Amino acid sequence: MTFWLVLTANSITFGGLLFLLSAGFSLIFGLMRIPNLTHGSLFMLGAYIGATFVIGMLGVKMNFWLAAVLATLTVAFLGALAERMLLRRLPGDQLAQVLVTLGLSFMAADFCLLVWGGDPLSVATPPELAGFARLGVLVFPNYRLAIIVIAVIVAIGLWLLLDRTRLGAMIRAGVDDPDMARVVGVRVSQLFTIVFALGAGLAAFAGIIGGPILSVYPGLDQDMLPLALVVVILGGSGSLLGSFVGSIIVGFIYNFGQALLPELAYFVLFFPMLLVLLLRPQGLFGRHVP
Amino acid sequence: MSRKITRRKFIVGTAAGTAAATFNFPAPAIAQAAPFKLGLLTVKTGPLAQGGIQMEQGIVTFLKEKNYTFAGRKVEFISADTGGSPAGTKTKAQELIERDKVDTIVGPLAAFELLAITDYIAQQKTPCLSLAAAEDLTQRRPNPYFLRASATSSQAMHPMADFAAKELKLKRMITISEDFAFGYEQMGGFQQTFEDNGGRIVNKLWPPIVTPDYTPYLAQIEGVDGVCQGFAGSNPLRFMKQYAAAGLKYPVVTGETGGDDALLRSFGDEALGMYSCCPYTLDLNTDTNKRFVAAMNKDYGVDPGFYCAGLYVNGMVVEAGLQKTSGKSDDKTEFMKAMKSVSLTDTPRGPIKFDNFGNVIGDFYVRHLEKANGKFINKTVKVYHNVSQFWTYDEKKFLEQPVYSRNYPPLKS
Amino acid sequence: MSGRVFALGVAFVALVTLPYWMTGVYYINVASQILFYAIFALALNVLVGYAGLVSLGHAGLFGVTAYATGYMLQLGFGHPMAILVALVISLISVAIYAVLSLRSTGIGFIMITLALGEILWGLAYRWISLTGGDNGLSLKTRPEPFGYSLSDATAFYYATLVIFLLSLAAVTVFVRSPLGAALMGTRDQARRMSALGYHVWAIRFYACLFSGLLTAVSAILFVYYTQFISPQTLGLTSSAEVLLMVISGGAGTLLGPIFGAGLVVIVKTVVSGFIERWNFLLGAIFVAIVILMPEGLVPGTARLWRLARRKRARSSKAIPGSAEAKP
Repeated sequence: MTFWLVLTANSITFGGLLFLLSAGFSLIFGLMRIPNLTHGSLFMLGAYIGATFVIGMLGVKMNFWLAAVLATLTVAFLGALAERMLLRRLPGDQLAQVLVTLGLSFMAADFCLLVWGGDPLSVATPPELAGFARLGVLVFPNYRLAIIVIAVIVAIGLWLLLDRTRLGAMIRAGVDDPDMARVVGVRVSQLFTIVFALGAGLAAFAGIIGGPILSVYPGLDQDMLPLALVVVILGGSGSLLGSFVGSIIVGFIYNFGQALLPELAYFVLFFPMLLVLLLRPQGLFGRHVP
Repeated sequence: MSRKITRRKFIVGTAAGTAAATFNFPAPAIAQAAPFKLGLLTVKTGPLAQGGIQMEQGIVTFLKEKNYTFAGRKVEFISADTGGSPAGTKTKAQELIERDKVDTIVGPLAAFELLAITDYIAQQKTPCLSLAAAEDLTQRRPNPYFLRASATSSQAMHPMADFAAKELKLKRMITISEDFAFGYEQMGGFQQTFEDNGGRIVNKLWPPIVTPDYTPYLAQIEGVDGVCQGFAGSNPLRFMKQYAAAGLKYPVVTGETGGDDALLRSFGDEALGMYSCCPYTLDLNTDTNKRFVAAMNKDYGVDPGFYCAGLYVNGMVVEAGLQKTSGKSDDKTEFMKAMKSVSLTDTPRGPIKFDNFGNVIGDFYVRHLEKANGKFINKTVKVYHNVSQFWTYDEKKFLEQPVYSRNYPPLKS
Repeated sequence: MSGRVFALGVAFVALVTLPYWMTGVYYINVASQILFYAIFALALNVLVGYAGLVSLGHAGLFGVTAYATGYMLQLGFGHPMAILVALVISLISVAIYAVLSLRSTGIGFIMITLALGEILWGLAYRWISLTGGDNGLSLKTRPEPFGYSLSDATAFYYATLVIFLLSLAAVTVFVRSPLGAALMGTRDQARRMSALGYHVWAIRFYACLFSGLLTAVSAILFVYYTQFISPQTLGLTSSAEVLLMVISGGAGTLLGPIFGAGLVVIVKTVVSGFIERWNFLLGAIFVAIVILMPEGLVPGTARLWRLARRKRARSSKAIPGSAEAKP
C-alpha cells in the first residue's frame, strides 16, 4: 500500500520539478519557435552556480533561496546576452538555431568541467525543509513536497504574467502574429530577449531547486534535456497548462513505468512520446501542430 | 577544486634526474638511450571525466615522484582523451601506438572502451594496464597483453558478501545497480558469495544508467535487512541522498566505486554507516600510500580514491617490470612477461601479484563510512588478504559457469 | 566556373595520392574516418538540406546497420553475405522509420526521429542476446575484396575513397535528377507541389530510402574500421554530431557536409591531442560559423570569396566578375 502511495506522491512532485524544467523550454519554443537545445546546459549552469553559493566554494556561503535567486538572475542575464548577440541574427533559420544552441551547449558543458572539475557537488536541503512529513501511512520528504508547491507558485505566476499583464498580452500577440504585433507598436525583438531570458532563468531556477535531489555533476545537461523534450511534446508547446499537465503525466509515467515495467525502463518515456507524436502531434494541449 | 593539468605532453628528463636515477638504481647492463614512452587513455570531457581526470592525477603523481625516470630510462608521457566513446578510444589507441609509438598503455577507463581495443592491442602486442573491470578479459576471453592491477567487477564484491553474511549477519538483501555489464558483474559476484554463506537475494533492481530519480526503485525496497548497491561515477552520491530521503534505514554495502574515497569530499550525512569493499583505502598505513596521499594533497588539494590509486599502482607495475628487464622494452613479449611476474609488497594498496590471467591477487579492504573531525572518512574495519578474481572458488568450475549477467546467478524464487 | 573545376581536380588528385604524401599510418586512418563520416553526413544532408527534414535519430539507423553486420559475422557468415543482409535489414528499418516519421514535418519530424533514435539506442542496450548490451560486438576481421586485405590502413583508405566517390556521385546524380528537383520543391513549397499533382509523401519517402541506403554504406565502413559496435554509437549525442557536420558545412550543398565532417573529425581526433578543452573549441567554432557564415562553411566561404573578388575587380575598375554559380 505504501508502495503505491509513495509512487503517486513522487509522481506529482517529480512532475513539479519537470514543470520547472520544461516551462522555460515551452515558452521559448512556443513564442520564438526556437528549439532551445541549450536548455539542459542552462539547467546545469543554474545548478552549479547555485551550488557554489550554497556550499560556499567562493568563500561566500549563502542561504539556499538567495543562492537560487542569484543563479536564476545570472543565467537569465546570460540568456539575454545569447539572444541579443546570436539568436537575433537567425530569425526563422532553424538549422542555424540548432547549430548555435548545440555549439553553446558544448561550450557550457566544457566550461563547467573546467571550473568545477569532474566531481559531483552535493547540495544540502535547506534546513527549514529538511525532514519528513507524515500523511497518514505515507512518510514523504518535506523538500519534495515543497517542490510541487514551488511549481504551482511558478505556474500561477507565469499564468498571471501571460494573462493579466500588458507584457503578457504583448507576448501572446507576438506568439499569434509577430508582424501585426509590430505594426501595432509592440517591440517584438525586445520581447524576444525578455522571453528568452525568462526561459533561461526558469531553467536555471529548476536546476538549483533540483539540486538537493539530483546533485550537480557533469552530464546533468544531457540527462535532463530529453526529459524536457518529452514533457513539451506530450503537453504541447506554448501552452502553460499543457506544460503543467504534461509534467505531471510524465512524472506518473516515469515513476510507475520504471517500477512496474523494469524490463522496459529505457523505453518508458519515449514510447508514449512516440505515440502522442503519431496520433496527436500537437500534444495534449498544444494549440498548433508544430 | 583540483588543479588542472594543462599541458598534454610531458617530456621531462633533466640531466640531474637521470644522473640521480642511475646512482639510485642498479646500472642497466645496456644503457637505453631512447626514452620509454608511456601512453594514457583517459576521458577528460563529458560525464566520465570525473574518473578520467583522477586517473591522470594518479599516474602523473607517480611519474613526478620518480622524476619521470624508470629503471634509469627517461619516461615520455603522452595523455590522450578518448571522449568516452569506443570509436574515440580506438582512434586514440591508434594515435598512441602508431603515431607516438608508445611502449605501454595505461587505461582506458571504461569496460566498453577496453573491449573496443582489446583485439587491436593484442595484435599490436602493446602491453596495456587498465582499471576497466570487464571480467572476461582476464577469464573466458583473456588478452595476453592485458594486466589488471585493480580488480575485476566482482573481485571486491565477494569479500563484501562474505563480510555482510558473516560479520553483519545479514540474511535477506536486495541488490541495486546500474543496468549495464559492470553492474551485473558486481551484483552477480555479491549474490553468489552471499547465497553461499546462507544469505538470500530477494530482488535485483537495475535502474538505467541515466536515472535522475531512483524513487521508483527505492519504493520497492522492503522486507529485507540490507541493501547492496553498485553505482559508479557520481551516481552513488545521488543514490545515497535519495535513499535517505526515502526514509530507508537498512544498512548499505557497496563495492569499489560506490564508496570511493574520492567521493568522501562530496558525500553528506546520508552516507554515514555505509560499508564498502575496495582494493584501495585512504587510511592504509604503508609508506608508499602515505607518500602518495601527501603528494596528491599537495599537487591537487584532494584525497585520492580508487581511480587515482589504481593508476599510481599501474605506474609502479610498469616501473617494476622495467627494473626486471633492466630497462629493456623492445621485446614486448618479454616485457609483458616481466610485468606479469611483478610482485610488490609496498604499494598504496598493499601487496600485489598477478595470476596467470594477468589479473591482480591482492588485499581488499572493508571500510565503514564515519565522521571524524568534521570530515567523512572510510575507516578500515577488515582486511581480506590474497583475494583473487575467483575468490575461494575453484578456478575451473568458475570459468565453466557463465559470466555474471543480469540473470546469472538467477533469483531463487 | 573553371576555377571550381580546377580546385576539385586538385582535391581529387590529393585524395588519390594521399597515402604517399601523408606521413604516418595514423593520419591515413584519420582520412578514412573523414571520408566515411562524410558519406554519413551526405546521407543526412539528403533529408536535412534537400528535403527540409531534420532527422535527430539517424545514428540509430547507422547503428542498426553496424549491429546487423556484426551479428551476421558472429553467426559465422562471410563478409559478402553479412554486408548484403545488413543492407537489406537497413532498408527495411529505414522504411519503417520513414513511415513513422513522415506523419509529421518540421518540429514533429525532428521529435519523432529523436524518439525513434532513443528507442533504437535503448534496444541496443537491452537486447543483450542480440547486441551484447553495453559490451558491444567485436568484428574479428575485415573483408578481402578481390583478394586485397583491408586490414592494411592504406588498402582500407582506398576502399573507403572509392566508395566515397561513388556515394558523392550518387548524391550528385540524385540532386540533379527530376526526383531531386521535386524533393527541393517539397522542401520549399510543399502545398504548391501537392497542388501541381506531385505525391509529396512518396517523394519524401524515396528520399528517406536513399538517405538510409547511404547511411548504411557509411555504417558498414565504420564498423569495419573500428571493428567494434556498442550502443554509444546510436545515442542522441551521435545523431547530434552528424547533424552538426551537415549544418556547419552547409546544408543543401554537395560539398558542405564533407567539410563539416572534416571539421568535426579533425577537431575530435587531431586537435584533441593538442588542446585539452577541445569540446569547448568545437562549440566555439560552431558559434563562430553561425556568426560569420550562418549558411555553412562551404557556401559561406564561397560568398566571402566572391565578395573579395568583387572588391578587387571594382578596385581595378574592371566589370565585376562572372555570374555566380551555386556551389
